[in-house]
Amino acid sequence: MLRLENIKWSLDDGRGILNDVSLEIPDAKLVVITGPNGGGKTTLAKTVAGLITPESGKIFFDGQDITELDITQRAKLGISYAFQQPVRFKGLTVRDLLELAAGRQLKQPEICELLGKVGLCKNDFIDREVNASLSGGEIKRIEIATVLARNTKLSIFDEPEAGIDLWSFAGLVDVFKEVKNKVKGTLMIISHQERILEIADEIVVISAGKVEASGAAQEILPKLVSGSRTPRPCERGAQA
Amino acid sequence: MNETTKELLKIISDFDGEFKGAYNIREDGQCAARESTENIKIESKKDAPGLVIHIKPHTKGEKVYIPACVTKSGVDDLVYNDFYVGEGADVTIVAGCGVHTTGVEEARHNGIHRFILEKDSKVLYQEKHIGTGKQEGIRRIDPVTDVELGENSKLTMDTVQLSGVDYTTRTTRGVLGEGAKLIIKERIMTDGKEQAKTDFYVELKGENSGVDLMSRSVARDESYQEYHSVIKGMNVCTGHSECDAILVGNGKVSASPQLDAEHPDAALIHEAAIGKIAGEQILKLRTLGLTEEEAEQKIISGFLK
Repeated sequence: MLRLENIKWSLDDGRGILNDVSLEIPDAKLVVITGPNGGGKTTLAKTVAGLITPESGKIFFDGQDITELDITQRAKLGISYAFQQPVRFKGLTVRDLLELAAGRQLKQPEICELLGKVGLCKNDFIDREVNASLSGGEIKRIEIATVLARNTKLSIFDEPEAGIDLWSFAGLVDVFKEVKNKVKGTLMIISHQERILEIADEIVVISAGKVEASGAAQEILPKLVSGSRTPRPCERGAQA
Repeated sequence: MNETTKELLKIISDFDGEFKGAYNIREDGQCAARESTENIKIESKKDAPGLVIHIKPHTKGEKVYIPACVTKSGVDDLVYNDFYVGEGADVTIVAGCGVHTTGVEEARHNGIHRFILEKDSKVLYQEKHIGTGKQEGIRRIDPVTDVELGENSKLTMDTVQLSGVDYTTRTTRGVLGEGAKLIIKERIMTDGKEQAKTDFYVELKGENSGVDLMSRSVARDESYQEYHSVIKGMNVCTGHSECDAILVGNGKVSASPQLDAEHPDAALIHEAAIGKIAGEQILKLRTLGLTEEEAEQKIISGFLK
């Protein structure tokens, strides 16, 4: 289980991004962290993975205080993080990256299975460099595959929908449905897409750096949908 | 053949006790072993030190090895090797070079290679360079490669300088005929106070000729690298050069690509990027469980692969 206690973090100009966040993420659930842009979701995810060090507060993972542990140490304990904007590498191939993630050499069928899970045609990708020639949707899927290859207790996906087209996104939702059924660990997905929220077990709403609501998806989701302030297309041109 | 040569051969040409195909092993300026085959004839050059290698037309799938090793200080080896590749042949040439120092004097190999490719022939040229030995003598390798590509021929040059070469100046000059293709993939790593200079000059003379030049380098510590390329488009042709360099420590790199379009239908492109390893790349690999040092090593080895 992941537990955050009174986490605070602010920008250099003093503006608070995480304002005393306390949260519990249970084991073996799909938890979606949602909320308005700029609310602190990505900062929260990076804090758990160790990319950001909180100013105050504690983080416990399976009862162990990991607040002072660095990124590598947390990764070795079983925390994985899929970047919102995946990193590109000149020279490293998809196979290289998946093997680094798995921590061992992978047999061809294992790589095929991983790529198949994220909906990539295996033969086209195994030996491709993870460089600028990959499309936004392709690299996003490879990023997710690197996290799946680690098969850790906690997998964090930071806005998997960001930067990909509508058609690729539809496929990604299926990927997460599949992962939910096959992976035993906890999945924590940062998202504000309704279709991702619909497959959640639990939902946490983060707004203005605070936990606005959290609980079972069937309780939280109806409130989110009814309270949506997102303008519909026909409202955009309407007179105020 | 001495033990140092055997060790160098393992590194530069995957030598496992024998070569399969035609070969000539050069050790400290002398021929240590030679073998021709029915289709590939290796002979001593009459007017200068070196070899003349004739590959018969339509020879397919054969390999020729011409490694050169300098195994002690005080050797300044100069060699001229000429390759004549017959029409329609398709072969691989493996030409590594290792220099080893045993004292304070310099050890140097200067290989001047000429490639003349006839119509429709294809050559894959593989070259690895390395310097070994803990003595203070300077290790130097200065290869010069002159290439003449005939109609619809194709030369792919895959060159690597691994480490330990104090000074190198690599010069490659090419003239391409109609439909000819030249592909060069160069990787260089320098550390300590090593210096490496590469100079490319390619004339795209023939209609629909093309060159693709890719250089990747890593400059560590106090080392210095210089890259200069000239691609001259003299006909309907395509030219592409890409120069990427990673800086580690106080390594320095100077890149000056030059494109000369002398024909209205010459399409020439250059891309260059020099800088440290992106912090995001290190972070990504750390989230996979690697330490910062392991991540850096993986990024560099992948980049130079």
